[in-house]
Amino acid sequence: MELANIEKLIEKYLNAATTLQEETTLKIYFTEGDVAPHLQEYKYLFAYFKTAKQDKFTKTINLKTKKRNYKWLSVAASVMLLFSVFIGKQEYDKYQAKKMYAQISKGLKLLSSNLKKGEKAVAHLYVYENSVKKIVK
Amino acid sequence: MKQSEFLQVVLPFKDKLFRLAKRLLVSREEAEDATQELIFKLWKSKEKIENYKNVEAFAITMTKNYCYDRLKSKQANNLSLIHTNYKEKETSLDKKIEYKDSVNLVHQLIETLPAQQKIIIQLRDIEQYDFDEICKITDMKPNTVRVALSRARKTIREALIKKHNYGVS
Repeated sequence: MELANIEKLIEKYLNAATTLQEETTLKIYFTEGDVAPHLQEYKYLFAYFKTAKQDKFTKTINLKTKKRNYKWLSVAASVMLLFSVFIGKQEYDKYQAKKMYAQISKGLKLLSSNLKKGEKAVAHLYVYENSVKKIVK
Repeated sequence: MKQSEFLQVVLPFKDKLFRLAKRLLVSREEAEDATQELIFKLWKSKEKIENYKNVEAFAITMTKNYCYDRLKSKQANNLSLIHTNYKEKETSLDKKIEYKDSVNLVHQLIETLPAQQKIIIQLRDIEQYDFDEICKITDMKPNTVRVALSRARKTIREALIKKHNYGVS
């Protein structure tokens, strides 16, 4: 392409008035073959545009991991919840049983001590009866 | 929409999403994360996608908005995104190194542009979108797009000339 033409296109290019086709023409001129010395700076510009377009996204695309993670998280959480409820219930039952045992044993102790008192009273009664018999005789 | 169909739609333009994200977020790792996130988002809204005529333009717009959000939260965290590791190698006589440096310089020059101009340069000069699509993606009027593009091109060119002249003298 003629230099005069390129210069015209460059002028248009700087004013953002070029079409995509004209820009391709410029791109080809500046990246392939010799460039007029006074237009050197465009060589770098278009060379950069060309290399910049070759940059690629190389990571593998993951569409599932996140979803699955959340699912497993909820499963794990519910298992933990069930487990802790189970353990908690067991502990509570144990506590209740202990409490009951303490109450019952306290009651029984009370009963036994009262029975002993009764026994003593009855023993007094025997003594009394014996002495009455002696006197009556 | 099945996974294979979805990938068939998305794969052709995944690199474009990545390049735009990289242009705006600067670091490669972050752009990769962003792309992954965006593709996942697209996958989640796959029912909606089926009704869109132009999934690519939709995805690019999504990328733009996503990156803007990221940049905003970054600014809130006071993290600067501008890399200022400009290498000065003007004394080098090796033409090849000079050439490579100048090409890299373009990259750095684009980095210093405002985000809006960056997007337009990326979409027009690198991805070769036509003006209608750019207007839709950026939600701007054709005239504004042209003015911004012209400004960006002139800025880069002037900076390149400046650099080049310093190198010569």
